[in-house]
Amino acid sequence: MSGFKSTERYIASRDLEVAVNAAVALERPLLVKGEPGTGKTVLAHEIAEALGHPLIEWHVKSTTKAQQGLYEYDAVSRLRDGQLGDERVRDISNYIVRGKLWDAFVSGVQTVVLIDEIDKADIEFPNDLLLELDRMRFFVYETRETVVAKHRPIVIITSNNEKELPDAFLRRCFFHYIRFPDRETMEAIVQTHYPDIRQDLAREALTVFFKIREVPGLKKKPATSELLDWLKLLMIEDLPVEALRSKDPHVVIPPLHGALLKNEQDVHLFERLAFLSRRG
Amino acid sequence: MFASFVLALRSAGLPASVTEYLTLMGAMKAGVADYSIDDFYYLCRATLVKDERHLDRFDRVFGEVFKGLEPPEGIAIQNLPEEWLKKVAEKFLTPEEMDKIEKLGGLEALMKRLQELMAEQKGRHQGGSKWIGTGGTSPFGAYGANPEGVRIGQQEGRNRRAIKVWDRREFKDLDDSVELGTRNIKLALRRLRRFARQGAPTELDIPETIRTTANNAGYLDLKMVPERHNTVKVLLFLDIGGSMDEHVRICEELFSAARGEFKHLEYFYFHNCIYERVWKTNRRRNDNLTPTEEVMRKYGPDYKAIFVGDASMSPYEISHPGGSVEHWNDESGAVWMHRLTSHFRRSAWLNPRPKNAWDHAMSISMLRKVLENRMFPLTLGGIDEMAKELNR
Ligand SMILES: Nc1ncnc2c1ncn2[C@@H]1O[C@H](COP(=O)(O)OP(=O)(O)OP(=O)(O)O)[C@@H](O)[C@H]1O
Ligand SMILES: [Mg+2]
Repeated sequence: MSGFKSTERYIASRDLEVAVNAAVALERPLLVKGEPGTGKTVLAHEIAEALGHPLIEWHVKSTTKAQQGLYEYDAVSRLRDGQLGDERVRDISNYIVRGKLWDAFVSGVQTVVLIDEIDKADIEFPNDLLLELDRMRFFVYETRETVVAKHRPIVIITSNNEKELPDAFLRRCFFHYIRFPDRETMEAIVQTHYPDIRQDLAREALTVFFKIREVPGLKKKPATSELLDWLKLLMIEDLPVEALRSKDPHVVIPPLHGALLKNEQDVHLFERLAFLSRRG
Repeated sequence: MFASFVLALRSAGLPASVTEYLTLMGAMKAGVADYSIDDFYYLCRATLVKDERHLDRFDRVFGEVFKGLEPPEGIAIQNLPEEWLKKVAEKFLTPEEMDKIEKLGGLEALMKRLQELMAEQKGRHQGGSKWIGTGGTSPFGAYGANPEGVRIGQQEGRNRRAIKVWDRREFKDLDDSVELGTRNIKLALRRLRRFARQGAPTELDIPETIRTTANNAGYLDLKMVPERHNTVKVLLFLDIGGSMDEHVRICEELFSAARGEFKHLEYFYFHNCIYERVWKTNRRRNDNLTPTEEVMRKYGPDYKAIFVGDASMSPYEISHPGGSVEHWNDESGAVWMHRLTSHFRRSAWLNPRPKNAWDHAMSISMLRKVLENRMFPLTLGGIDEMAKELNR
C-alpha cells in the first residue's frame, strides 16, 4: 500500500512508516513517544501534509480537561448576559463553545488530529476520551444533540512519559517509540533542513554533537532541535571548520555551545570538563 | 502461529489482549505489511507493544517464536483461533473485555466473524493474493490459507541480511525489570515525581468570588485558584546495616532527590524487621531512638508508609518475641508490622532482592503476607507498581 513515507522535509524510519500506515488503515489512534526533540510533534504535520488532510492541533496543558476537546458550556458568559438582559441568553446553544474534536468530527474531509503531550494533563484525561475516540461520536447534553464524525479523523497522540497511560486507553492505540536517530539518520535529517550546508561543517558538527551527548551527567542531552538551532548559528557565523576541531579528541568547546546546552548547570559542567582537559 | 506468538508474549509479561490480536489481523487484512518480513515485525510491534520498556522483551519473544518455525505438526490450523480464544477468554480477559465481547454478540459471534475473515483470506489466496501466496517474495509461506496458517520461516534465505531487526535488541536499555542503580536512577526519579504529583488543577475560590462580585456591584466575577499540588506525604522506613546497604542507599538518594515533590517526606531506619523503636540517624543510633508508637502518633494515617529492605532474616525475627538479633523485643516483629500497616491507610514494601528469589526465603513470604502482597522489587517497574498501589 502507498500512504505515509519519508519526505524531503521529514525523515521517517521504516518502522514509523508502518506504524503510521496501520493507524491510517484501521482508523485508530497512534501513540508516539520518544526523547524530547525527536520529531513527535512535527510528525503529525507531516502526515497531514502527506495525505493532503487538514491538521487540527490540540496542545494539552496541565489544566486541560478532556471535555474541552468536545465542547464547553460557557455558563459565566450566559450569567453575565442574563444580568445585562441580553436577548442571546434565551438560546443555550449560543454558549456552547466547540472543541477540537467537534471541529474534526464535523469537517467535510478527513482530518488529522494531533493531541500533543497528553501526559501533561490529569491522569483521568485519557480515560475520559476513551469512548469518544473509539466511537468517534459524543452527546451534547445542553442541546440534546449527538455529534458524529463524518470521517473518522486520524489521531496522533504524543507523550513525554510524565505519566503512565491507562491500559484501556493503550489497548485502543497503535504505539511507536521514536529512537534517538543514529548518525546516518541524523545526517539525513540535517540535509532535509539545510540542503545547502557545507558538507565538512555538517560532518564535523555532527561528530561534536554526538560526543557532547556522551558527556556523563548532563541534565538534558541536546537533541535534534538543539542540533538544528546550533547548525543554523554556525552557518550564520560562517565559521571555519577548524573551529570545531580540537587537539584533544575527547573534549572540545564548540563555538556557540549555548544553543546545544539549554540548561545552565549543563553549560557549567561542560565548561569545567573542557577546562580541566585543556590544563591536563 | 499468531496465537502461540501472542500467548508467548503474554507469558513474557506483555499485556497483549484480544483487542490487539484482532487489530493485528485487521491490519494484515488491510495490507499494511504486504511486502516484507521486516514490515510484518514492525506491524506486530506497533500493535502488540504499548510501552517502550517492553520492546526488548518483545524482540526476544519474536526472535524465538519466528526462528524458522514451521506450523505446529498435527494441529488442524483452522481450529487454532477458537481454541486460543477460548483459552484466552477463560484465563486472561478482564471484566471490561468480557463485556465488550458480550456486546459483540458473545464469543460465538466473535468466532463467526473470525471465520468470515478467514474465508475471505481463502478467497484472496486463490485469487493469488500477494501476501499469502506461495510466491518467492512473500514472507508468508505455503501454509497460508488463513492468518493463523501463516508460516514465517526460512529467514536465512539467500538475500536476507545476517542480523534481523529484532535480533539487534536495540531497546535493551529501556527494559525496566533491571535493578535500580546509579545508571537508571534518573528514570526512577521521574517515576517517583509522577507518583508525587496528583490532583486536578483548578477550583472555584468562593470567598474571593463573593468579594469581587460585590465590588462589581453584583455582576459576577468568578475567581479560580489552582488546586494544591504536592499533597503526597511519605514515611520511609529503611533497613540499614546489612548486605543490602548499597541498595538501601540508592533508594534513600532517590527519595531525597525527589524530596521537593512531596508535601512531607520523613525517614526512619530499622534493622531487618521493625520492632518497638526506630531511629533517625544511623551513626549514633542509640542516642536517636524513636518509639514506634510515637511515630504512629505523630504521622497520621494519610502518610504513605514505604518499607525498604531485603526482608531476609531468620523467621524468628518476625514471628517471636525476643527474636530480634540486636535486642530483646517484648512483642514480635509481626505484631509491630501489623500495627504499622493498619495505622497507615497505604503501605508497601520495596525489596532490592530479585523477585524470583522471593519464594525461597521464608521470611520474605511471611512479610509479604503481613503486607497482603504489597511487596515490590526495587526496579523501575517495581516503583511504578508501588506508586499505583499507594495511590489507589
Ligand atoms: N525525523 C526528522 N526529520 C526531520 N526533522 C526532524 C526529525 N525529527 C526531528 N526533526 C526536527 O527537530 C525539531 C523538533 O521536533 P519536534 O518539536 O517535533 O520534537 P518533539 O519530539 O515533539 O519534542 P518535544 O518532546 O520537546 O515536544 C523540529 O524542528 C523538527 O523539524
Ligand atoms: Mg512536541
